[in-house]
Amino acid sequence: MSDFRRFRGTERYLTSEALEAAVNCALVLERPLLVKGEPGTGKTLLAEAVAQSLSAELIPWHVKSTTRAQDGLYVYDTVQRLYDARFGDGDVRDIRRYIKLGPLGRAFSASTRVVLLIDEVDKADLEFPNDLLHELDRMRFRITETGDEVAARERPVVLITSNNEKELPDAFLRRCVFHFIDFPDAELMREIVRVHHPELDRSLADQAMQVFYEIRKNTRIRKRPSTSELIDWIAVLRRAGVSEVKLDKTLPFLGALLKKEQDLTALADQLAGGRRYRS
Amino acid sequence: MFVEFLYELRARKVPVGAQEAIGLARALAAGLHESSLDGFYHVARALLVHSEAHLDDFDLAFAQHFRGVHVEAKAIAEELLSWLRDPIKTRALSEEEKAMIEELDLEEVLRRFEERLREQRERHDGGNRWIGTGGTSPFGRGGFNPSGIQVGGSAGGRSGAVQNADARRYRPYRSDLTLDVRQIEVALRKLRAFAREGGDRELDIEATIDATARNAGEIEIVTRPPRRPNTRVILMMDVGGSMDPSAALVSQLFSAAKRATHWKELRSYYFHNCVYEKLYRTEGLQDPVPVRELLRECGKQHKLVMVGDASMAPYELLGSSGYGGGAGSSSEPDARLPGAAWLMMLRDHFDRAVWLNPDGIGPYPHPTVDAIKGIFPMFALTLEGLGEAVSELVRGRGRA
Ligand SMILES: Nc1ncnc2c1ncn2[C@@H]1O[C@H](COP(=O)(O)OP(=O)(O)O)[C@@H](O)[C@H]1O
Ligand SMILES: [Mg+2]
Repeated sequence: MSDFRRFRGTERYLTSEALEAAVNCALVLERPLLVKGEPGTGKTLLAEAVAQSLSAELIPWHVKSTTRAQDGLYVYDTVQRLYDARFGDGDVRDIRRYIKLGPLGRAFSASTRVVLLIDEVDKADLEFPNDLLHELDRMRFRITETGDEVAARERPVVLITSNNEKELPDAFLRRCVFHFIDFPDAELMREIVRVHHPELDRSLADQAMQVFYEIRKNTRIRKRPSTSELIDWIAVLRRAGVSEVKLDKTLPFLGALLKKEQDLTALADQLAGGRRYRS
Repeated sequence: MFVEFLYELRARKVPVGAQEAIGLARALAAGLHESSLDGFYHVARALLVHSEAHLDDFDLAFAQHFRGVHVEAKAIAEELLSWLRDPIKTRALSEEEKAMIEELDLEEVLRRFEERLREQRERHDGGNRWIGTGGTSPFGRGGFNPSGIQVGGSAGGRSGAVQNADARRYRPYRSDLTLDVRQIEVALRKLRAFAREGGDRELDIEATIDATARNAGEIEIVTRPPRRPNTRVILMMDVGGSMDPSAALVSQLFSAAKRATHWKELRSYYFHNCVYEKLYRTEGLQDPVPVRELLRECGKQHKLVMVGDASMAPYELLGSSGYGGGAGSSSEPDARLPGAAWLMMLRDHFDRAVWLNPDGIGPYPHPTVDAIKGIFPMFALTLEGLGEAVSELVRGRGRA
């Protein structure tokens, strides 16, 4: 804790005071940071920014519904072993050759401090967070097949993201520093857009953002467009040389903003209905 | 003063205890609040709150305790530490928390605090070793007071932090406000569980390969039962009458349940006010299913979820179905069973059952609600209540 460098975001990643405070708490207390928030609010990208500002390696672990904590430690590549056993390549009795460290295993065995991203922890089964906590607390594990022990030399910085698909166990929550990333307000969004499109014309930026927030307000839309959709949409607009957008049925490249067929229909409906109402 | 803030949070059901207090004391000792009340707000929130559902409670408590108050970070840390040292006050803490306190060298935290303050005073330029980036240090701002926290940015003005808290931006995330389908889905997803059991065995690749390798490359097949979703849920919903105002909420619960993909089975039935001999497959109380038949079909592992306001005329619960408006009876003794007996029969059949009440759990006595509470563990049909109900449903074997 003696030589602590505060996290302040990076050139490409914009933070708020609240997010910085949460990251710094996690760094100083050496507790995992749990980040929640709507999709596209920069949860995954945060890990990259933290790694970059600490000049540390980033080890990402993208959790799937079938992921188990054990997979993070190591996997035993039995298929290769079978192949070798059948086709006689190398010594199949040396199990060590078939042990592959997972992200958690690599984070523990790294010689310098790394940033471990456990992305979308809520995707996995219910026991996963508690199993994970157990491993993170111990910071060491034994490879049962070989008897080898892997112990962390430097506690990794652990960032965990959740899309709130599933509630996380209390014990897990209480061990983490918590931050909920708000959906960016127009001011911050303008900055984020600027980071991604530094040469963007100011009036197109304003118009695009206006349309974007307008669409987000529409309650009939199931999957509201997020920051990444706005950035992609602006990229398409620029590539196509569009210089003006407004929310009517001429709105170009709507597919970049709305990904669900039913949302596109809902918006089209509403735009048509709105016109009829006015006339 | 600060400890009262913690107690206020606890009273609001925000789980804060030693773990949080220790974290906060250490963060303040490290100067993470950057000598501003805003900074303190953010640090305290990051360490005391663990879910967006509690952010609003944090804001309410914060605004109440820190409005116009001069706050000293060091005083707060000292207060926290002396609280942690007080065996009477910490009696309520868990063993785990007590162990944490024991591990923590409280004096060391305070010593570090003082050391840092001294260093800052000596360098009196606002820069210090805690800040690596330089140039962005907020310590220089508005007169640096090493141990204090400025209240408000400018003279007499309201603090940004309190203003922030007053804005109550996180109100929509409160768990005691209304539910939407997605939130219900999230809550129900906790019900999913997997098991390896029965059915066609599947190839256990790892064990097969291991056996094969041990067998000098001669393939030796090992199989195991498949891992499958294992949760079966039965939903029984009260419809009509006093339930009409809750119809939307109940139908949300129903559609969320239907969308839950990780269940092995979902059965849903309807009843009016109380269950008698039969349940119905449709909301219009058509297509009856005898309760006894249902119980024969369903094992005790099914999770039973009753949904209803549990308010009815007492005779509907305690009288027999003949009075209660139950449809024509099939066998004589069953027709004379009171509603309460049918409810108990359901409750006794299943390992885990809950009753969700869309009217909430009020403080006032109510004859039929209280009677049903004695049969089923009852929870409010709110995000919080649903969460508690789901925990009840997934608890280990055996009756509570
Ligand atoms: N604070 C931010 N600064 C810069 N870009 C951002 C920020 N937040 C979001 N973005 C943009 O949005 C995209 C999506 O972010 P991502 O981290 O994938 O979101 P999440 O993981 O929360 O779904 C990023 O690739 C980036 O382009
Ligand atoms: Mg992500």
